[in-house]
Amino acid sequence: MKIDWAALASVFGVSLVVTIALVGLFTLGIVALSKQSATAGGSASGGSVALARTGAYACFGLCVAAVSYGIYLIVA
Amino acid sequence: MEHITLLLAIVVVTALVFDFTNGFHDTANAMATTISTGAMKPKTAVAMSAVLNLIGAFLSVEVAKTISGGIVNEDGIRTEVIFAALVGAILWNLLTWLLGLPSSSSHALFGGLIGAAVMSAGWSSINGGTVVTKVLLPAIAAPLVAGIAAMLATRLTYRINRNVTDPNQLKSTAKGYRAGQIASAGLVSLAHGTNDAQKTMGIITLALVTSGILAPGSNPPLWVIVSAGLAIALGTYLGGWRIIRTMGKGLTDLQPPQGFAAQTSAATVILASSHLGFSLSTTQSCSGAVMGAGLGRKGGVVRWSTATRMFVAWGLTLPAAGLVGAGAEFLTKQGTWGIAVTAVILVGGSFAIWLASRRQPVNHTNVNDTDGDEPQGVVTTAIAAVQPPPAGAPASDLTTTIPAPASAPDDPARPPAKV
Repeated sequence: MKIDWAALASVFGVSLVVTIALVGLFTLGIVALSKQSATAGGSASGGSVALARTGAYACFGLCVAAVSYGIYLIVA
Repeated sequence: MEHITLLLAIVVVTALVFDFTNGFHDTANAMATTISTGAMKPKTAVAMSAVLNLIGAFLSVEVAKTISGGIVNEDGIRTEVIFAALVGAILWNLLTWLLGLPSSSSHALFGGLIGAAVMSAGWSSINGGTVVTKVLLPAIAAPLVAGIAAMLATRLTYRINRNVTDPNQLKSTAKGYRAGQIASAGLVSLAHGTNDAQKTMGIITLALVTSGILAPGSNPPLWVIVSAGLAIALGTYLGGWRIIRTMGKGLTDLQPPQGFAAQTSAATVILASSHLGFSLSTTQSCSGAVMGAGLGRKGGVVRWSTATRMFVAWGLTLPAAGLVGAGAEFLTKQGTWGIAVTAVILVGGSFAIWLASRRQPVNHTNVNDTDGDEPQGVVTTAIAAVQPPPAGAPASDLTTTIPAPASAPDDPARPPAKV
């Protein structure tokens, strides 16, 4: 009986890092995006909204890349 | 195509039935959190999962070369043994479905195969070490890995968005979480289709090879691929609502950020494990992820009584399916009448379990009702006994505590999904 601890450890490590990175990125993205919807109190300033939106799209882009890689792994 | 014997035909049909119960059982993995957080309507969710399962079945050309991945010595395995193994796996899958417990379909198949092989050829046909490394250890590792990842991810996501308090912005983030959750659920469905439909194709191909219809090492014929894909998709579409309820509502109360974190963690663990050489059960990863997400939210609770029942079911899967498989193999060894009796037991047992499930039906209309509280269960049973499921409005004093079973077109119990 040979237990492949190295494989188990790498599954653990990769899952942890990838999950946290993805969830973190995606949350940053949606929080940034939520800035552009007008707050109940008043409207946000224009410059920071554009910046936030660019940041959000960058985050989503990385997430889409990760999902594409996932699909590639399933298909290959 | 050469002459197909009756036994082979029975095995092919049984394998497709197993494939169906597999889809039925595992819809929860992909869609339970999506349904319980309200990211998708229940019917839409299972339809999407079914389509992705079907696509998944056609995507991969690498059919499982062995059923058990080395647990059982499959050289010279007889067709009856495969049949007996499938009987054990199907009955266990249906029983756990009746109880609403998520358990691994692959482990049920392993168990059935182990029992049938031991009865057929003795203990020497089992590779004991592989049982530990492929079944027991992953059963402990999967929920831990997925759970810890989901817990930390849930903490992180709540921490990042803790400053978002404006109602408009909250609405925007909730929408984002739903989109993310649907994407991860789609990945899980696709991965499930490629993995588990291949397994059934492997079984049917093995049976065809054993009967001398296919040359050893040949790829499955097109009809095998199509029927396996359709069986798993149909099972997924009909949806194991009982298991979805346990996973989505029974283990913990999930909110959109938690559902997103849990589903992402499950998808990552499943993909990482199948590509880094330490395969973990999809079901166990998903259950673990849901519990981890439950623990990750401040004030979140995991219902350990439900979780304990689930763990017990995991522990029992291998021996229970093994016992049924061994019993079935004992009967099929007796000759033709034994095979007939086994087939009758399979059909009768499945029908009995289905009948039992009708006593307290769970479907897309009441999948999000919180279940498990004793008084509510009693009331639901009482209503189900007095009124057949599609009946009209139940007594009005009861509607205040529980929604009508199967009478409301839209789901009244679904929370408004606030972050």
